[in-house]
Amino acid sequence: MRKRQQKTYTRLTHPLVRDSRDEPFRQAGWAEALDRAARGLERNRDAFGMFSCARATNEMNYVAQKFARVVMGTHNVDSCNRTCHAPSVAGLTAAFGSGGGTSSYEEIEHTDVIVMWGSNARFAHPIFFQHVLKGIRGGARMYAVDPRRTSTAEWAESWLGLNVGTDIPMAHAIGREIIHAGLANEAFIERATSGFEEYRALVEPWTLSLAEKVTGVPARAIRELAHAYARAERAQLCWTLGITEHHNGTDNVRALINLSLLTGQVGRYGAGLQPLRGQNNVQGGGDMGAIPNRLPGFQDILDPATRLKFESAWDTVIQPHYGLNLTEMFEAMEDGTLRAVYCIGENPAQSEADSEQAVRRLQALDFLVVQDIFLTKTAELADVVLPATAGWAETEGTTTNSERRVQRVRRAVTPPGEAREDIDIICALAARLGHDWKYADAEAVWNELRSVSPDHYGMTYDRLAEHQGIQWPCPSTERLEPTYLHGRLWETDPDRRGTPAPFGLVRHDPPVDLTDETYPIRLTTGRRLDSYNTGVQSGGFASPLRRGEYIELCPEDAERYGVAAGEEVRVSSRRGAVVAPVWIDTALRPGLAFMTMHFPDEVDTNQLTIEANCPIAGTAEFKASAIRVEKLPVATIVR
Amino acid sequence: MTVTPLGIPRRLLEFAIDGQQARVPEGSTILDACRAAGKDVPTLCEGDTLRPKNACRVCVVEVEGSRTLVPACSRKAEPGMVVRTGGERVRHSRKIVLELLASSVDLSTTPRAAEWIKEYEAKPDRFGPGAARVNEEPRIDNELYARDYGKCILCYKCVDACGDQWQNTFAISVAGRGFDARIAVEHDAPLTDSACVYCGNCVEVCPTGALSFKSEFDMRAAGTWDESRQSETTTVCAYCGVGCSLTLHVQDNEIVKVTSPHDSPVTHGNLCIKGRFGYQHVQNRG
Repeated sequence: MRKRQQKTYTRLTHPLVRDSRDEPFRQAGWAEALDRAARGLERNRDAFGMFSCARATNEMNYVAQKFARVVMGTHNVDSCNRTCHAPSVAGLTAAFGSGGGTSSYEEIEHTDVIVMWGSNARFAHPIFFQHVLKGIRGGARMYAVDPRRTSTAEWAESWLGLNVGTDIPMAHAIGREIIHAGLANEAFIERATSGFEEYRALVEPWTLSLAEKVTGVPARAIRELAHAYARAERAQLCWTLGITEHHNGTDNVRALINLSLLTGQVGRYGAGLQPLRGQNNVQGGGDMGAIPNRLPGFQDILDPATRLKFESAWDTVIQPHYGLNLTEMFEAMEDGTLRAVYCIGENPAQSEADSEQAVRRLQALDFLVVQDIFLTKTAELADVVLPATAGWAETEGTTTNSERRVQRVRRAVTPPGEAREDIDIICALAARLGHDWKYADAEAVWNELRSVSPDHYGMTYDRLAEHQGIQWPCPSTERLEPTYLHGRLWETDPDRRGTPAPFGLVRHDPPVDLTDETYPIRLTTGRRLDSYNTGVQSGGFASPLRRGEYIELCPEDAERYGVAAGEEVRVSSRRGAVVAPVWIDTALRPGLAFMTMHFPDEVDTNQLTIEANCPIAGTAEFKASAIRVEKLPVATIVR
Repeated sequence: MTVTPLGIPRRLLEFAIDGQQARVPEGSTILDACRAAGKDVPTLCEGDTLRPKNACRVCVVEVEGSRTLVPACSRKAEPGMVVRTGGERVRHSRKIVLELLASSVDLSTTPRAAEWIKEYEAKPDRFGPGAARVNEEPRIDNELYARDYGKCILCYKCVDACGDQWQNTFAISVAGRGFDARIAVEHDAPLTDSACVYCGNCVEVCPTGALSFKSEFDMRAAGTWDESRQSETTTVCAYCGVGCSLTLHVQDNEIVKVTSPHDSPVTHGNLCIKGRFGYQHVQNRG
């Protein structure tokens, strides 16, 4: 095996500044760095965007969005939720009015059927998968729907290896089969949903045989999954980025939600929908309002009563419209309407699809201030770099996980050098821009959030410690709510049942980046067990499993293109090309290749991916690019 | 029909421990009841997140009407039972178990072993210097953990944690039979050539330090490991969205070990490679 040294990042210990982007950084004192940052933001007050951090605490996200809204007067605040699960939030909100997973981890141990759709949880969410394994050991049957025969699929009753981007045909065919077999939960549909007749008409063309043709999965296997899911007393439908990282990610999510509405597999103990979130606090970041369309507590900006509440709480004017999301902010950089960015703990220069374009857009900014624990590729583009603390080990606060559980994070080590806590830095900047906020500690921020967010009101720090975390909603300091959401849908009284959940009328739309003679291979991306995102964090420890970046091909394709394991090849898409060694993986099928984005300093996979975005959630189609693989000219092979 | 019954509420049952009345929920073990009553029963192979293995026999107690001593860790409490935890028979049995273990295994890093040996007046030396030991060097074949089979008491907790009770990776098992039995990966290969995924959940449950994190192993070898100078802080993992509870063991502002609370509803004491070992980035302080 090739041994390559991955880049290790060392902590930032001092603020860095420079007068122009061609100069190297020089160390500066906090006062100078903050003054420069304040001046840079001040002169771009009407063209500002905030990238908040899905890895920092709820408290930091609350203060960051408040900075954007109160100090800078804009709703342009977002985070890397946009590159992963924004479609889940959008889809779940459209159906149920709330953007969280509906079930709890423990419930999956007590369910009868588990569907893992576009999710390699065994690698990407290993401890969640232990709950799945408990369920399987207890007698539950698991079905894996994934183009790759992943290590998750190894535990499945049946693996449905569909073609990339054919999730909607698969879901619709399952829906049609359930209806035709008489397995739809008519009482639930009648009482708790709307739009069923339109849905029935929508899925009617998707016969099992048509679905087999489009998805590549045998009709018998689709039928078996449909019957198992519909007949189960309790079933859990889980998904990850295989569903959301498409140009129609929100539609994909709606297509899955439809199945739960059709069968009543939601709103009960053990029956629900579980999107597995990718970052420690990507759920919490959205809950705290670090998204352009919601105020803290996931409250809609367009609701006048909500705006009034926040206007009086913050003594400010809240604009009655949505801000730009991360994707739109990048587009606004292109046309010059967004000229300054305050980027906290994010690395979009490497995490965005079509990374060359992202870097070019960041370079075009008038002012970029980056607050991070490392000098990331994004920080290297900045005018001012502010050294921060690591949220999970160096600060007090809370984060919110995939089952909506708010848990305490605590300071265990002292941060290096002059690094300061995020909230402290944001407040210092706010003060220079005319807003003197005083927070004694993280708990004071949390208590302010509790006062404006009914869903969090009952979660005092004391209670969070006592219960080892509490799941939202928690409106009362006296009691705990059920572990699952939307039990209201099962109420007999129509008033208590509330708004019926609408079926999503979504149509199949194949991936934007088509495969053809020039780019014949479908490239999909994902995570490995021991690495994480752009590798800035996970590159810091010596994993015996780590082997660096490869282009993974099935044995048939390797033979077809005449390449051998370990051989470096040129991988090109319509946007860029990289050189990567070949890895042979029998979990892939002819025409399907796999790469990760864990080693961008080695092989920048996102030069290949396409920035085709979901129009609703703004998430790019990381999961489907068209590539070709070519042997390198002999002379350039590096031995 | 559902295949996984949700269970019914448990009743309380009453019985006697050392002449005192004990009330515990149905399904509790004698050990649960002893701990609830504040009795100090020694245990080695018992794990709070694992099913009882009955391997070490150090927790045995006397139950009236039972011909043999019973292991408290696995025997369920029954109404009307009469249990004695400190009689001569019990003390003698524990003494022999400790003597046999301590004469064949290095218990120097086993928490409380020295205390129990003293309490039960065990004399491991009485078998003489020729008592059989594994006598082999610790195995260090990767940067994350070390295996020292000279400290292994063959309690199987690591096998259960790696196997069907939690991790379901099945990288380790018992190889050999009788006196040759030992814990090994397939073909007794280096860890790096095995199915191991480096979650460290075997290390988490090891009662003797036969399995240890490399950070701890190195610091012990250098004589710098000092638990009295360590703080333990429970926080949340910085990686995926599952939100695992992490307990950071910190000595001199360096994270030296990561565990997870065994009663955490998210982890039940288990972690993956990133949560267990992926902390180094915060202390790459340049």
